[in-house]
Amino acid sequence: MEREHRLLVNGREHRVTTDPDRPLLDVLREDLELSGARYGCGEGECGACTVLIEGRATRTCITPVSDAQARAITTIEGLAQGDTLHPVQQAFLDEQALQCGYCIPGQILRAVDLLSAGGPPSRESIVAAMSEHICRCCNYPRILAAVEHAAGLAPATPQTGAES
Amino acid sequence: MTLDPDAADGGELERYELRERLPYRFQPNRRQAVQLLGAGMMLAVSVPVAAQQRRGGGGRGPQRAERLSERFHIGTDNIVTVLTSKVEVGQGSRTQLTQAAAEGLRLPPEQIRLVMADTELCPDDGGTAGSRTTPANVPRIRAAAVAARQALLELAAARWNVPPEQVRLADGQFVAHGDQRVTLGELASDADFAERWSREAGGGPDIAASEWTVLGTTLPNVKGRDSVTGAATFPSDVRRPGMLYGVVLRGPSLAARLQAIDLAPAEAMEGVTVVRDGDFVGCAATTSWRARQALDALAATARWEEPEQPSVATLFDDLKRTAEGGGGGRGGRDARGNPDSAFQQAAKRLEAEYTIAYIQHAPMEPRAAVAEWTDGKLTVWTGSQQPSRVRDQLAEAFRLRGDRVRVIVPDAGGGFGGKHSGEQAIEAARLAQAAGRPVSLRWTREEEFTWAYFRPAGVIEVRAGLNADGGLLTWDFTNYNSGGSALESSYLSEHSRARVQNSQSPLRQGSYRALASTANTFARECAIDELAGLAGADPLEFRLRHLPDGRQKDILSAVARKFDWHSKVRSQTDGRGVGIACGTEKGSYVASCAEVEERDGELRVLSVTTSYECGAIQNPGNLLNQVEGSLVMGLGGALFEEILYERGRILNGRFSEYRVPRISDVPELIVDLVNRPDLPSVGAGETPIIAIAPAIANAVFQASGERLRSLPMKLSGQRTAT
Repeated sequence: MEREHRLLVNGREHRVTTDPDRPLLDVLREDLELSGARYGCGEGECGACTVLIEGRATRTCITPVSDAQARAITTIEGLAQGDTLHPVQQAFLDEQALQCGYCIPGQILRAVDLLSAGGPPSRESIVAAMSEHICRCCNYPRILAAVEHAAGLAPATPQTGAES
Repeated sequence: MTLDPDAADGGELERYELRERLPYRFQPNRRQAVQLLGAGMMLAVSVPVAAQQRRGGGGRGPQRAERLSERFHIGTDNIVTVLTSKVEVGQGSRTQLTQAAAEGLRLPPEQIRLVMADTELCPDDGGTAGSRTTPANVPRIRAAAVAARQALLELAAARWNVPPEQVRLADGQFVAHGDQRVTLGELASDADFAERWSREAGGGPDIAASEWTVLGTTLPNVKGRDSVTGAATFPSDVRRPGMLYGVVLRGPSLAARLQAIDLAPAEAMEGVTVVRDGDFVGCAATTSWRARQALDALAATARWEEPEQPSVATLFDDLKRTAEGGGGGRGGRDARGNPDSAFQQAAKRLEAEYTIAYIQHAPMEPRAAVAEWTDGKLTVWTGSQQPSRVRDQLAEAFRLRGDRVRVIVPDAGGGFGGKHSGEQAIEAARLAQAAGRPVSLRWTREEEFTWAYFRPAGVIEVRAGLNADGGLLTWDFTNYNSGGSALESSYLSEHSRARVQNSQSPLRQGSYRALASTANTFARECAIDELAGLAGADPLEFRLRHLPDGRQKDILSAVARKFDWHSKVRSQTDGRGVGIACGTEKGSYVASCAEVEERDGELRVLSVTTSYECGAIQNPGNLLNQVEGSLVMGLGGALFEEILYERGRILNGRFSEYRVPRISDVPELIVDLVNRPDLPSVGAGETPIIAIAPAIANAVFQASGERLRSLPMKLSGQRTAT
């Protein structure tokens, strides 16, 4: 049975009348036209659909829209401040941690959650958090470099010469 | 290598997919047929039209001088738009082709914009496969850009009535005599410009790597910012006004045929369009949730007939049992010497059999399409590596002329050779036709794992022998089913033979990153390692002894230096081992060393060092990404990826059941990019994947004494490596 849901997305309030069991992912993409959260598996295994709910990385493909009611949702579209990228977005760009880019919004939001805990994480905790996500381009070395860079653990990797 | 005469794309694709028929046979649409006949047109003429439009099959063969205006649009906004049928699926083609145009035009990359893979707008450079963009399209666009720059200089010179030699293009402006200046946009605003530009034709001289200023440097991904902000629009992100969401009914097993179905319960649902046309059943609704509910209602009434179907348990027997002999033009060259008698006479002999599992590409974005009909004309946005082939399939399926179908491929979420087919486009178009509204259709992960095609499985037999002084005497290599890429051995041997035996594949199969070169390089490099052991030789020294001088030997020596092979061999402790392997495919050369640890039946890859050489490096940063990505993807096929199926049902068609590499699987990676500015650039998105599996297998032998002869590798007593 459809009912009205109050959603707070990227600082804006939306009222969506829909089935409470419908995945939040579908509502974001189809009703709110926010397509940065993407379908990858439909079973919470790959992380492509990740958004922040109350600051925590959450898989929207297995989250019913009713669970997200009246809670602050941040999607990738709401992460930058105007033209200024979030430091994690900037780090992914600086490290060229993207090939096809389809999974990258989810990866970035997971890293934002990890780094928001305060204090620099260990490499082990970065690997543990980021292993919740799949990148089929297998761009993991760059993703690791980007998160370490954003965490202040490593300087930006220069990518100018042929030697690496 | 001889090319398959059937292979329209010059042997860059697996033959299986080229022989596939259309997935659906639709009933003629009566109204549409009347319209076409009324206009005096014959039906289904799209294929010859497409063949006429096609030039040079992806960059080979003779080319006519192209009109520069077909390739470059000069904007009044100072932007040069470059048109190409190539697609971007994560391999970096958009950035690299931007560099090529910027290089030829001598403009900053910010003034270049690419329009890719729109069959209505773009000249047909062929599909995106076989690592052809770098060797074929980059030079073609670079040379055309040189001609475009010359033409623009002449047009600027004519404006001032000065000789073209006195005009320079500096900082995006044309300058003559110091004080006469005009920007690209001002030139393009000239009333006569468009008319004059449309007459320009020709291909200019190319630019040697030693002269490059934009190529050869790391231009970051030109769409990188859109990727990190979510602004990028993938095929599954495309929205059209009034768009519905579609789903398709699938059978319970691969060969199941629909016997009966009751459409009424789904048709009774509000806002749902239901279609049955031959074997095709699908529905469209205002949300994908609603469409799935309607699909569930349909599935509940469907009755299926399921014939006897194969299981993975008999896969390798099935492939050998159904072998047909001679693998066509790609079946390998005639034997050199007499491999059979030489094998009998050899001082030491090796007979080994290697098995290769089916695996899935599993791109992060499954097949997706948005279809829209306007006045009998069909436009489809879809993720495919073959826009013009999809256009032809749509034209055939809907009995349209080729110019009544437009296919656009927005930058898509991964390909890896897995998106050469266009069934999703046909499905979306059929639903949109019925609904009278645009329809977006995206396969589920399970659909992608089940109904897309697989990398071919295979069995490879090696029979080889050594002479009395430990040299390779004879080499006999037979590949059942998996394919002919990198079939020929580079190792010198008096007697040799390499063959492909075609088999009946139990599952639908097609191209995969690097095609069969992964399988063939795995079998060859593992067997060479065993032969080195029989000869009592170091694996590196045995290879160097049998390789002719050249790039493969050079890259092997390079990785041995980088890895410090000899000291690593000496320093191995109990349960640890190192392995080495090398190979070549599509004109580039790769060698890898791996260090592994085997403990209590568990295998861990500690480090991988890879040297790679693909001629003159065009974009070092993107190349590093491609090499690292290939290596880690190769780790999946080496250690755990394998499609399991039983009686026509895929058993592990989800990410929770089909393990792919994650960040926690990545070993220490050392990548050594060898630049050869003296050699032509070749594509690099595939070949780096081929040497990692045999390097690991050979390291496992050093660590455990066990020879692993399957992909994925399986240590005895366990199903897959962990």
